[in-house]
Amino acid sequence: MSTTTENTAPAPTPAPVVVLAKTVITSWKAPVAFLVFTLAMFALAIFGARPGDTTFRLSSPADAIQLPEVVVPSAPTVWVVAILLAVVTIVSAAMVRAQKRVPLWLIVIFAVLFMFGFLTWAAAGSSLPMIGLLFGSLSLAVPLIYGSLAGVIGERVGVVNIAIESQLLAGAFTAAVVASVTGNLWLGVIAAMVAGVLVAMVLAVFAIRYLVDQVIVGVVLNVLVVGLTSFFYSQVLVPNAAVLNAPPRFERLPIPLLGDIPIIGPVLFKQTIIVYIMYVAVAAVYVGLFHTKWGLRLRAVGEHPQAADTVGIKVNKTRFWNVALAGAIAGLGGTFFTIGTGIAFNKEMTAGAGYIALAAVIFGQWDPIKATLAALLFGFASNLQNTLSVIGSPVPSEFMLMLPYVVTIFAVAGLVGKVRPPAASGKPYVKS
Amino acid sequence: MSDENPQKPAAPAPASVAPDRATSEAIEPPSRWTVALREIATGNAIISVLAVLLALLVGAIMIAFTDENVQKTAVYFFARPGDTVVAVWQSVSGAYSALFQGSIYNFRRPGFEAGIKPLTETLTFATPLIAAGLGVGLAFRVGMFNIGGRGQMLIAASVAGWVGFGWDLPWGIHMIVAVLAGMLGGALWAGIAGLLKARTGAHEVIVTIMLNYIAYYLVSWMLRTPGLLQAPGSSNPKTPAIKEMAVFIKILGPQYNLHFGFLLAIIATIIVWWILNRSNLGFQFKAVGENPNAARVAGINVKSMYVYAMLISGALVGLAGVAQVLGTVTTGFSSGIDAGIGFDAITVALLGRSTPWGIFVAGILFGAFKAGGFSMQAAEGVPVEIVLVVQSLIVLFIAAPPLVRAIFRLPSPGSRQKRTVPNVTKEVAAK
Amino acid sequence: MKLELRGITKTFGALVANDHIDLTVEPGEIHCLLGENGAGKSTLMNVLYGLYQADGGEILLDDAVQHFAGPGDAMAAGIGMVHQHFMLIPVFTVAENVMLGHEQTRAGGLLDLPAARAKVKEISERFGFDVDPDALVDELPVGVQQRVEIIKALSRDARVLVFDEPTAVLTPQETDELMQIMRQLRDAGTAIVFITHKLREVREVADRITVMRLGKVVGEAQPTATNAELASLMVGRAVELTVHKEEPTLGEEALVVENLTVVDHIGQLVVNDVSFSVRRGEILAIAGVQGNGQTELTEALVGLQPRVTGRISLDGRELTGASVRKILDAGVGFVPEDRNEDGLVGEFTIAENLMLDRSTGKPFVKAATLQLGYRADFAREKVAEFDVRTPSIETKVGRLSGGNQQKVVLARELSRDLTLFVAAQPTRGVDVGSIEFIHKRIVETRDSGVPVIVVSTELDEVAALADRIMVMYRGRIVGIVPGNTPRDVLGLMMAGEAPTSEGVAA
Repeated sequence: MSTTTENTAPAPTPAPVVVLAKTVITSWKAPVAFLVFTLAMFALAIFGARPGDTTFRLSSPADAIQLPEVVVPSAPTVWVVAILLAVVTIVSAAMVRAQKRVPLWLIVIFAVLFMFGFLTWAAAGSSLPMIGLLFGSLSLAVPLIYGSLAGVIGERVGVVNIAIESQLLAGAFTAAVVASVTGNLWLGVIAAMVAGVLVAMVLAVFAIRYLVDQVIVGVVLNVLVVGLTSFFYSQVLVPNAAVLNAPPRFERLPIPLLGDIPIIGPVLFKQTIIVYIMYVAVAAVYVGLFHTKWGLRLRAVGEHPQAADTVGIKVNKTRFWNVALAGAIAGLGGTFFTIGTGIAFNKEMTAGAGYIALAAVIFGQWDPIKATLAALLFGFASNLQNTLSVIGSPVPSEFMLMLPYVVTIFAVAGLVGKVRPPAASGKPYVKS
Repeated sequence: MSDENPQKPAAPAPASVAPDRATSEAIEPPSRWTVALREIATGNAIISVLAVLLALLVGAIMIAFTDENVQKTAVYFFARPGDTVVAVWQSVSGAYSALFQGSIYNFRRPGFEAGIKPLTETLTFATPLIAAGLGVGLAFRVGMFNIGGRGQMLIAASVAGWVGFGWDLPWGIHMIVAVLAGMLGGALWAGIAGLLKARTGAHEVIVTIMLNYIAYYLVSWMLRTPGLLQAPGSSNPKTPAIKEMAVFIKILGPQYNLHFGFLLAIIATIIVWWILNRSNLGFQFKAVGENPNAARVAGINVKSMYVYAMLISGALVGLAGVAQVLGTVTTGFSSGIDAGIGFDAITVALLGRSTPWGIFVAGILFGAFKAGGFSMQAAEGVPVEIVLVVQSLIVLFIAAPPLVRAIFRLPSPGSRQKRTVPNVTKEVAAK
Repeated sequence: MKLELRGITKTFGALVANDHIDLTVEPGEIHCLLGENGAGKSTLMNVLYGLYQADGGEILLDDAVQHFAGPGDAMAAGIGMVHQHFMLIPVFTVAENVMLGHEQTRAGGLLDLPAARAKVKEISERFGFDVDPDALVDELPVGVQQRVEIIKALSRDARVLVFDEPTAVLTPQETDELMQIMRQLRDAGTAIVFITHKLREVREVADRITVMRLGKVVGEAQPTATNAELASLMVGRAVELTVHKEEPTLGEEALVVENLTVVDHIGQLVVNDVSFSVRRGEILAIAGVQGNGQTELTEALVGLQPRVTGRISLDGRELTGASVRKILDAGVGFVPEDRNEDGLVGEFTIAENLMLDRSTGKPFVKAATLQLGYRADFAREKVAEFDVRTPSIETKVGRLSGGNQQKVVLARELSRDLTLFVAAQPTRGVDVGSIEFIHKRIVETRDSGVPVIVVSTELDEVAALADRIMVMYRGRIVGIVPGNTPRDVLGLMMAGEAPTSEGVAA
């Protein structure tokens, strides 16, 4: 960190207010990180050079409008990308030297460039099905996005929701069982939401009524729900699998016209209803949080509960019902694992998705849109691993699988700049 | 200020995390019994017992509810309710007696030596739980939440295992080196979280969760890569067996599985007790845990304390991983070697109220659940996951004494609430 | 609207915070509620506002009994409150804060921000405030934030308005302006309750005065009463408002601060190019309105601020950039402003707190092991010496009263060999008895030849202790003047006006 002084004239207004001179605090974090990634790219170009061309397929055969394939020579392209990355790094360093912050768009450009370079290198000599890659990324991101919406609502209202994992799992379990028994997918969805709400209410009661540390309740709930679902799975579902655990699935529902747009259409609009509901949910949570009475009160309670109390908002009631709402959303996300894809329930099948959703909440700076983007990034990373292992990638799949977690650590360690979480998140409100 | 501070409960209301028994003892020597009496009187001990009973009751309901005989007899419940009652009794008593016989004493075996074997199994299962529980509990006392037990155990197990099967050292020394190397591995892995918290303010909960996954994939990769951890000539993601020189001795003879790791767990408990109650490091730890701002003003290097605490915590959790590979599973291990102990450790630490001996007892209790759970599954077909349910319910009930009191209609002890579980979401103001 | 409280009683456990309080406030009157910290004024107002439920008694508005389940009910009935700690959401805009709790919405449940903005503008204009409805509250100066609080109350048509210690954060000029606003409101027929412990303000603005002590109403007074009369009513006995102290015997310069600048986390120069020195055996009082850099300056002296430039040296030793540990070891004693947050570990015992800043070496620690026997002896000795009222040295500090807590901090800091003693707000939230004790100890410390810095926002305290007074405004030193400088000069200096010729070079 370095500091310098800007000359600030005394406040011109006659009002007796304290206005302090200001200085700019700059950080070298971004250029340093850029440098590391740039060197990595050069290392790929020099030591890991791979012959052949890389083909990016932008359409799948079923698409209405076919786009041409993009073919680039692998090795030279990696070199070009590495040099461009170096340029961006130098620009960012110059900006910091000139006491400016590194803007977000530069970070985005850097990330896209790096990804392009990496894909070019990894898929040298073969072709990358971009549609499949992106479609799969979105699919894998679905539970993460629902989970992160639940997390955002929870933290914004002041309750840390570590129990997303258990809400997803409870949703997956009940959706499978109820849909199998009744043969009705929508009953499965409702059951999943109810299950998510129940888990959330346990969290809310312990956190709000009994003032137990929210992180602890969340972790314990995760263990409890794993235990419950696994117990009932072994004891009840396995012996009666045909009746209780053979869920039907939501079919894909292409949207006319929208589905025919190149690239975007097949990725976004040939999905299941669960995904379409998700689009609506993201938009609704965003608008709701920042432009409605509900959101204003919710955020007030999460930022400064006592102030909310003094204007007549019932703090604990607001928290309770919004945590329950978050549970419903996470429960809905849980349906993805079973009736969303037509897979029978299995023990611990959410496999940590709730924790990644939590990471997306933080990476996304408690903003529903940004959290969604973060979840998409994580979905992309795990699907990239799938795709690369199909076409035979030089990178061990474990390292690709690690990527979201490494990225999250970098994110929380402040690479993206510090953003304040809701001030009263995790703190119970007690009137003396 | 604190009285008006909206985010905090009024300052003096919540009582201590755990009564600092040792300190008061030293100053007023004969107070051991008064402390014990006070504990009972304020209801902590009673609450703990009742919480265990409640959780077992819920478990019993689940067992009865899913039992086939109970379901069959329930069909004609109104005709012959007695059958249902008998079926319920049989399913529950069968399961819990299997639990007891699998964890304490098996009456079906001849002689004391064979009959007591389940108890030694309990202690064997308790060994890593105690070690990891101490790690998590110590971090709690410094106001940190180490959810990274899984990752730390995996790394520690890998390092200790690698030393154990890959090196050649004399008997004894080999084991000691493997233990130390494993603990070092766990310490460093946890230290990442401590360092990031100290340096950048990154929340350790998120970082340790992420490190769990990173360790898992890292170890998975090493396990399937020849020349790293994979057994030569094998295509399974599994290591070779640990060399004899490094394996923990069976402390009660070869007929029991209880190994030297249990003694290490006892030693670790004593050391952690000393650190927390007698050393100036522990004093600083607790000061940081209770009020990091005041600690900083008092010249305590809060950031270093975060790093030291995570290093020690990771070393203790690492000891659990070491005990797994050098004591329990010595024929080579895979990426499931942590066996969920990293998460169980959290419940153990909470049940033990983050005090060393509390954790020791809680570890043995949960070890008994584990040992008994497996034999319950084998003998009665009750899925072992019931143990997870019971464990987590115990912790939930213990964390909320008013709930237990309400269920049993116990009088509440005065108006003030007791904090029985640490608050770990405290942080130093970002300055 | 006429407000009447009858027999209000409120207890917290064994503590009776309000004991059968009767109070009547007529419309168009400014009624002062005067009392020490902890006299029960704020509790009473929180009962009135529905934040607390009274254990007994009733609230009447225009002779109709009211039942307030929460602040919402109280506001609906026409009660407004300007809280001592502003009840504003820092990350919201002014308009959002004003509308919160009684939001107007448009079609589809969307917030009607234009309506809220218009409301803010309308009220601002009525009282001549200059408040931008779209400004983030976090970025507004405290004076303006307080006006937002007033707008918030008025936007709900409050006809009884409670001001809870409103002047603590204001300069003398801002205080004058606030009083002008209060009179304006009164003339418009609002009933005003003005809570304070500052005698001068009371006499200036009050129409009637009610004095509270230890949860009881102890009397009414006229605005014509003298300071001494009011003070003795407030405290319950004759109070010596001044501390007895001899002329200082000055030694050489011990602490020298040169061009010290402190930057906070968002880049503001909270302390801006400050230079001064303190001699052995003198008390330098740092005066100023809260939030003008005094806190950060003292924190910089003990090494608690991360972005510091300039030089600090003590007895010729360079302390700039040294760690807190090093600075404490150099013999600097420090009483932080907020003892609960920074000075004590509430869950630790008195004995443990007494060793809090000596946890690394002798005499409390030998070979990394706590010397529990020594600590107990030490604690017993200090508890006796500093007259800490406690059942035992094993009592948790969080259970002590404010005054006794502060004595524990003082005992800890003064029992080391000091080369400098820095006390920030040493008597904030402390009862009068303890204040006298603490002041005496501070003067004794000076007399033993230690240089002393006292930071206080209370002019009474500054006047009582100071050998020299340094006034800070917006992070800068306005001037350093002799200890006997008149109040009105200090008041002007606290508003940033440099003193006229006399005493500048003190």
